[in-house]
Amino acid sequence: MAKELIKGNVAMAEAAIRAGLEAYFGYPITPQTEVLEHLAKRMPELGRAFVQAESEVAAINMVYGAACTGVRVMTSSSSPGVSLMQEGLSYIAGTEVPAVMINVMRGGPGLGNIAPAQSDYHQAVRGGGHGDYHPIVLAPASVQEAIDLTVLSFDLAEKYRNLVFVLADGSVGQMMEPAELPEMRPVVRQDYDWAIRGRGENSRPKRILTSIYINPLDEEIANLRMLNTWYQIKQNEIRFKEYYLDDAEYLVVGFGTAGRVALSAVRKFRANGVKVGLLRPITVSPFPDEILSLLAGRMKGILVVEMSQGQMLDDVLIAVGRQSPVHFYGRPGGVVPFPEDVEREINRMIVSDSKLVTDPRKAWLDRALAKI
Amino acid sequence: MVTLVKPENMVFSRPQAFTETSTHYCPGCTHGTAHRLIAETLMEMNIVDRTIGVAPVGCSVFAYNYFDTDFVEAAHGRAPAMATGIKRVLPDRCVFTYQGDGDLASIGMAEIMHAAGRGENITVIFLNNAIYGMTGGQMAPTTLPGQRTTSSPNGRDVELSGFPLRMSEMIAKMDGASYVVRRSLHDPANIRKAKKAIRTAFETQMRGLGFSMVELLSTCPTNWGINPVDSCQWVEDHMIPVYPLGDYKISLSVGDLRL
Repeated sequence: MAKELIKGNVAMAEAAIRAGLEAYFGYPITPQTEVLEHLAKRMPELGRAFVQAESEVAAINMVYGAACTGVRVMTSSSSPGVSLMQEGLSYIAGTEVPAVMINVMRGGPGLGNIAPAQSDYHQAVRGGGHGDYHPIVLAPASVQEAIDLTVLSFDLAEKYRNLVFVLADGSVGQMMEPAELPEMRPVVRQDYDWAIRGRGENSRPKRILTSIYINPLDEEIANLRMLNTWYQIKQNEIRFKEYYLDDAEYLVVGFGTAGRVALSAVRKFRANGVKVGLLRPITVSPFPDEILSLLAGRMKGILVVEMSQGQMLDDVLIAVGRQSPVHFYGRPGGVVPFPEDVEREINRMIVSDSKLVTDPRKAWLDRALAKI
Repeated sequence: MVTLVKPENMVFSRPQAFTETSTHYCPGCTHGTAHRLIAETLMEMNIVDRTIGVAPVGCSVFAYNYFDTDFVEAAHGRAPAMATGIKRVLPDRCVFTYQGDGDLASIGMAEIMHAAGRGENITVIFLNNAIYGMTGGQMAPTTLPGQRTTSSPNGRDVELSGFPLRMSEMIAKMDGASYVVRRSLHDPANIRKAKKAIRTAFETQMRGLGFSMVELLSTCPTNWGINPVDSCQWVEDHMIPVYPLGDYKISLSVGDLRL
């Protein structure tokens, strides 16, 4: 199909339809609402289920119900709405049914604002709701990637009976750029041996889907089973984009929009012959920790760029250890960094002479406070 | 097992829509009665194989173990939302929720009101025993004025905790609701009326006539601190005056049903 100029939110909504989305339940919230609006028009005309729920709490529990029937189902929201969904997400995880959620992140905490942010990273990759569970989290940096990852999210959700989040930010959701949508896939209802659809004409044995294991020993077994699934996901599904890494002496790490902005800065250094590379995680959960750990050994410095107070920074620090100095540059609260900001920070890293940084977040905070 | 009753003399047995599992309910509790009425209805309508139940959080959290139908287990109060998700993708199945008064009238108030408002084509069986059972007898939105519970130890003080919520009356006001009635399980005559209402509610759904709910006044001898027989009398003496039995909404199309 040909490329067209398309808005990120609309692109993700249409990509989900073409991936076989059978049911959508959502609630309006900026900067995600175009997903809901697009599906409000398209789903009924295709004879598929669409409900604007009374709240995000209800929306995610509708998703939970539809997910138990084994159809492709999704919701979308933005940060405060996703907080409301944590109850249902935990239940979906505990019941081991596949479901997809798009989070078009905005500034927080609290009501925050409606500008792009990445401060729901921890909430997404650490689970967010109660109990032990691990969602797969995909982070697009362009409209095209948002399309591709939305399609992938359904395949991964079904393959592992796992939650998948598309963790976009307000700029990916709101920007328009040329992108190519996939062909329409036919809706296929897989004949899962766990799906709840009634016992049917042959009166098969009843099925129960629940997240309650009243006997702690049974819950422990369920937890171990879920963790085992997670290790399969870690083994098979880690994805990242690398730029100029072959001979890099300095490494920048950023995901989504922050990674894209950082790439502009990295290219500028490369044009001047400075050996800077970029690692942009696509799966921020599972996190590409092995590649990062391998790269860290030969880097004179690593700069983490995020639109938050430094959340992925924690995962980078775990992966890197004390192999090389880690620096941080963040713009929390809904501010998007400019490439020049990142260039300045890369320069700072280069002149810092490979000294280990005890607390990169505090060092950045002190510089940021001094500017206010 | 020795069969004491010849098959031709058998007049009463476990409905086939039940599993062999014994319930965990307290002696004298009416959950078992409500379960049985639903099971009999599903069998009489020959829809056991097409039915998906949605269990709540509360005493009936394990309802899914007792019915021989597919079942899911909802989060507290969210059963109508979960049922909506199921019904919208499987519109020809029979989808019902089974909820208590803490689940439906307190934490699940938004979900039940909006499911009714949308005219969601599901059936809700609502057990009102005026107390939180599973957590050990706390005050519910349905607790009667003056009623002692562990969280209203001096009796529900309406100045402090407000007044009982009458769900059937509220839901009946909504255009989306097609069949909303209140019955009681405290004596055989009322149990028979409850059975008929449950049948009408499921018929409403299977004919695509919209949202149906049967509220069933129920006993909780354990947490009321009253023996089972006196509990039934307590329903009649104290609950029915606050929660009058009756038909609160029967839409024209449901009224035309001849069952």
